[in-house]
Amino acid sequence: MTQAAEIGAFGIAKSFGRFLALDDVTLTIGRGEFLTLLGPSGSGKTTFLMVLAGFEAPSAGRLTLDGRDMTRMPPEARGFGMVFQGYALFPHMTAEENIAFPLRVQGRPAAEVRRRVAEMIELVGLEGHGHKRPSGLSGGQQQRVALARALAYEPPVLLLDEPFSALDRNLRGQMQEEVRRLHREIGTTFVFVTHDQSEALALSSRVAIFEKGRLQQVAPPREAYERPANRFVAEFLGDINILPVEGANGAARIEGRPVRLPGGGTGPFAIRPEYMGLSLREPEGGNAVGARLTDLTYQGAETRLTLATRGGAALVLRLPTATLPEGLEPGAAVWATWDEHRGFRLDQAGPSAREHDHLQQGKGRTA
Amino acid sequence: MPPIARHALLLGPLLGLLALAYLIPFLGVMRWSVTLPEPGLGQYRTALTDPLVLSVLWRTLRICVIVTLISVVAAYLLALVWVRGGPWTQRLVELCILIPFWISVLTRAFGWLALLSNRGLVNSWLIALGVLDEPLTLVRNEFGVILGMVHLLIPFAVFPLATAIRAVDERVLLAARGMGASRARIFWQVFLPMTRPGILGAALLVFVFALGFFITPAILGGGRSVMAAELVYLRIFQSPDWGLGAAVSVILMAGVGLLLAATLRIVRGGAGR
Ligand SMILES: Nc1ncnc2c1ncn2[C@@H]1O[C@H](COP(=O)(O)OP(=O)(O)OP(=O)(O)O)[C@@H](O)[C@H]1O
Ligand SMILES: [Mg+2]
Repeated sequence: MTQAAEIGAFGIAKSFGRFLALDDVTLTIGRGEFLTLLGPSGSGKTTFLMVLAGFEAPSAGRLTLDGRDMTRMPPEARGFGMVFQGYALFPHMTAEENIAFPLRVQGRPAAEVRRRVAEMIELVGLEGHGHKRPSGLSGGQQQRVALARALAYEPPVLLLDEPFSALDRNLRGQMQEEVRRLHREIGTTFVFVTHDQSEALALSSRVAIFEKGRLQQVAPPREAYERPANRFVAEFLGDINILPVEGANGAARIEGRPVRLPGGGTGPFAIRPEYMGLSLREPEGGNAVGARLTDLTYQGAETRLTLATRGGAALVLRLPTATLPEGLEPGAAVWATWDEHRGFRLDQAGPSAREHDHLQQGKGRTA
Repeated sequence: MPPIARHALLLGPLLGLLALAYLIPFLGVMRWSVTLPEPGLGQYRTALTDPLVLSVLWRTLRICVIVTLISVVAAYLLALVWVRGGPWTQRLVELCILIPFWISVLTRAFGWLALLSNRGLVNSWLIALGVLDEPLTLVRNEFGVILGMVHLLIPFAVFPLATAIRAVDERVLLAARGMGASRARIFWQVFLPMTRPGILGAALLVFVFALGFFITPAILGGGRSVMAAELVYLRIFQSPDWGLGAAVSVILMAGVGLLLAATLRIVRGGAGR
């Protein structure tokens, strides 16, 4: 068993020539935490992982490991496990030899290496493929070898750069389950990069959202999703409906209709699609906005509806197919409704992306 | 036109030239080896039993192996510096690799003579400095032959090696580092095996070239360490014994053919699943 580690990053910047790939990134990754890095392509996620692992030196800022400075510590001394985007398998070794490599580096006895390799091969479902070289494996199989190689030697910190991107849905689900189990049982600190928002929300204790090299928000998944720090985060984490608000607090109106909104602020009102309901008649009281149904997409258990309000705003609703009124057709006049406790004002600063607000939460999750 | 036919058309002239310049003469040489001075395999029997011929073949093999080893190791280091060095180092190495190509083989052989013969620069300096009393024999022996051949062959080995080294994915090396592997382990267990196809290619190229070397051993060996190609020359031009010369040529060709086949098998086997 390995000891999980706590990592601190303070004011980390990384420039490539004149291009600033990371800009003043500050966050602490708690012991045994599962942190997911999210952000559009090119936002600096891989660069941040490379800085954490020690493969790239930051242009500015400081890194700590369990409170001690590790800014200049070489990667082999940090001993973080890493799954690279693109796998980085040893092409001249078989799948088994790849997985055995870090165990041999640690000088573990041959019998233990064999046992552990067999365990990992089974874990990632590659029985019968252990003797193949990477060139003889499919993309998803290579990815699983990379994952097995990183998990095999139980490093205190695991950095995973899109480790499931080449897997099909079922396998992806199994691997997520496995990573979650490992996290629970071994208590390794995980830093995980993904492009899949739902994966991020499902796996992580906190998500960190990057844009253009800047950290936009670090928060537990639910908080980031329901109380995003800014419009970028709100839109990045999923569909969001945004409605302009007239009038001050207490006398707020949306498209002329009085509404009751949570919190203060003066910015536009934002609400996730799943918190909106549909009504065919104007509701007596409560929050609502009149609209016309423009499209309706059947997605199995759910149906996705798009609406255009009278004021011209576009809305998206996701409703259980079972609750939809019969004979609903595009063009129908409808009302979109929502509970007065749901949604938020966009200008109302969400939780700050800054470290100190979250240090406590990170620590609170320490196992 | 199907692609095959188009390729054949494009390759045709070259294939024709190769057939004219190599294949037909080689068939002729093969014929001599079994017809001169009388029909039969007598010349092969001589070649494989005559102590003189055998010692030449054995020396050729030995020199070629040594030359290949030294050239490939030296070229590997050079290629490493070339591919992974700083911009100025890279430029310097490029010059060092290219310049020898502009100087003829003869010039270089005589250059070594001027430098290393008993009254050459090196010996006269060492004697003048009092390091030596007697001149060291640096040429007109196997050492001189090996030195001259290595000098000629290193640049040829650099190119396949540099290609292989350039193809190594940097992230694979980072991955090994991240797992705590030492630099020595990364080099021997990751980097070197990943460049193995380049090493095999370079070794094969150097070895086959070395087998056919003629001028350099003739000049720097001073007749004292005759190699196979020189033996063939002597048999054909000096003691008219064409049959034996032809037989030795065919044996050399067969050796090269076998080597090529073996290498191809290793390379294919290594890359396969
Ligand atoms: N070695 C480098 N030299 C120059 N620019 C680089 C280098 N590495 C990364 N960059 C730039 O830094 C930015 C961030 O790259 P990074 O790989 O961190 O993005 P990412 O968030 O991982 O993207 P993706 O989701 O596509 O993997 C990109 O604009 C990229 O072009
Ligand atoms: Mg990336």
